[in-house]
Amino acid sequence: MIDLLLQPFSYDYMVKAILISALVGGVCAFLSAFLILKGWSLMGDALAHAIVPGVVLAYILALPYAVGAFFAGLLAAGSMAAVKHKTALREDTVIGLIFTTFFALGLLLVSINPTAVNIQAVILGNILAISQSDMVQVTIISVICFAVLALKWRDFMAVFFDESHARSIGLPVTALRIAFFTMLSAATVAALQTVGACLVIAMVVTPGATAYLLTDRFERLIIMACIWGAASSAIGAYASYYLDANPGGLIVCLQTAVFLITIIVAPKYGMARGWFVRRAVRGING
Amino acid sequence: MTGQDVIKITDLSVTYSNGHCALDGVNITLHTGTICGLVGVNGAGKSTLFKSIMGFVKPSQGSVKIHGDIAQKALKKNRVAYVPQTEEVDWNFPVLVKDVVMMGRYGHMGFMRIASKADHVAVENALERVGMRAYENRQIGELSGGQKKRVFVARALAQGGDIILLDEPFTGVDIKTEDSLIALFHDLANEGRLILVSTHNLGSVPHFCDEVILINKTVQAYGPVETTFTQENLAKTFGGMLRHHRLIGDDLHDDEDPRGLTVLTDDERPLVLYGEEGGEQIRKLNKKGRKRTT
Ligand SMILES: Nc1ncnc2c1ncn2[C@@H]1O[C@H](COP(=O)(O)OP(=O)(O)OP(=O)(O)O)[C@@H](O)[C@H]1O
Ligand SMILES: [Mg+2]
Repeated sequence: MIDLLLQPFSYDYMVKAILISALVGGVCAFLSAFLILKGWSLMGDALAHAIVPGVVLAYILALPYAVGAFFAGLLAAGSMAAVKHKTALREDTVIGLIFTTFFALGLLLVSINPTAVNIQAVILGNILAISQSDMVQVTIISVICFAVLALKWRDFMAVFFDESHARSIGLPVTALRIAFFTMLSAATVAALQTVGACLVIAMVVTPGATAYLLTDRFERLIIMACIWGAASSAIGAYASYYLDANPGGLIVCLQTAVFLITIIVAPKYGMARGWFVRRAVRGING
Repeated sequence: MTGQDVIKITDLSVTYSNGHCALDGVNITLHTGTICGLVGVNGAGKSTLFKSIMGFVKPSQGSVKIHGDIAQKALKKNRVAYVPQTEEVDWNFPVLVKDVVMMGRYGHMGFMRIASKADHVAVENALERVGMRAYENRQIGELSGGQKKRVFVARALAQGGDIILLDEPFTGVDIKTEDSLIALFHDLANEGRLILVSTHNLGSVPHFCDEVILINKTVQAYGPVETTFTQENLAKTFGGMLRHHRLIGDDLHDDEDPRGLTVLTDDERPLVLYGEEGGEQIRKLNKKGRKRTT
């Protein structure tokens, strides 16, 4: 029995997959804590699609595809932030507008250059088949993002909570915003390799959303989201060994399952509590 | 004047992107250790003046200097605390009241913004002073409108700059809290700070302000309350916008006394002027009011 459970760890590629998934899952969860609060939740999904033209261009120019992806993502995030800043349009509208433009451009490039790139690999991602150089890239990106977030999360919180106050206490608001969206682009690129473009959004939304139901303090929300993001990603990658399933799909299903349980049992914001409280009140009154 | 010059506004004009000119040629110099009231009708440009001092709106002409610096630089030095008229924050944000007040201290903290003992003490004091200590562990959205307002005043207090700008801090706040805020402003002014407060409660202005700015796109009058806050200047600033009740001779007395009573109000607390012309008594009233609040 124990032997069977430890079996995945005897394969080098499984150990790598589990560790990298946990790292990426943790960083994405950290970002999710911020994204869910600002109406930017769909940003991850948008970025994942918006990087396609970058990937294709990088391929044509024979550059590493993460480089193209990163800059396309950054450009998309930058345009979204700029349009949001300059107009009174809502976040969801801005995201829809920009990401479809980028995605369309990507499809156009692919259709002109039919054999240029394997879009399938980008859409689905596969951590089990990650190459050595990609692994190094993903690790570096994740460690840097995690370090910056861990050191400066209070500044980011101040900017996300009340931008004009952040400005009035002298925080460099614009620089912090740029830093945040740069990290988001980088983390999206990293997450692509693990779970693929379709599921990136889950990685940068679900852990934060789950933790949000459990606490009123941002610090705890971050800690819970990170632990859960990393753990669910590791478990998903591990379980894919037995189920012979796509790890991305497993990771996200696992996160969603726990989210659903949380919705019901969360101590303050869960549905069960409302039910108990109403029953208790009825009991007192009647 | 008493204190040193802190805010120097020269020839300031602000035109919004829709072409509306909200301020036109404003010249004001404000001093430390004073409470300055800012009074005018809706749309007179009070909030715009606050935002220009903070550097949030770009002047089309003229300049604002704080301790000789431009706004951005002064903000970096944590000199100015600002409580806006309406807070544009997400009330569902997972932060507690004390976390919000703590954000006022960030400018004093190091790279990672880790709170020291002094920061915790400042937060507790600030909450104590606005009477919100008992609510420190509430999530920020779980407060009433007036309580939310007080939390943001506390955040400005915790920040501890020598200039505090408050845009209509009394709206939606009950009389008891208003009085305690006024007492608080007196303490802060005595500590050598400059307090700039906009309000529609004309009646409280002589009670707690040392100076007053009457504004309607341009500065209509500016100076010490005793000499500036007169019926003539108010009429000039508000035009026909004030509720105006004048009870003269016959309505008040049966004798030959020609004196009349003037009640001016823009909001709940009326301004009462008593005398033949309806303005002579303001100084005396002011003195009396002061004693009550300090
Ligand atoms: N963002 C904006 N864009 C365009 N015009 C604006 C903007 N904000 C304010 N205004 C206009 O500028 C003028 C001054 O507005 P401001 O908010 O400074 O008035 P106020 O004195 O604070 O009024 P109130 O007593 O209602 O708070 C108003 O006529 C208003 O319509
Ligand atoms: Mg205003």
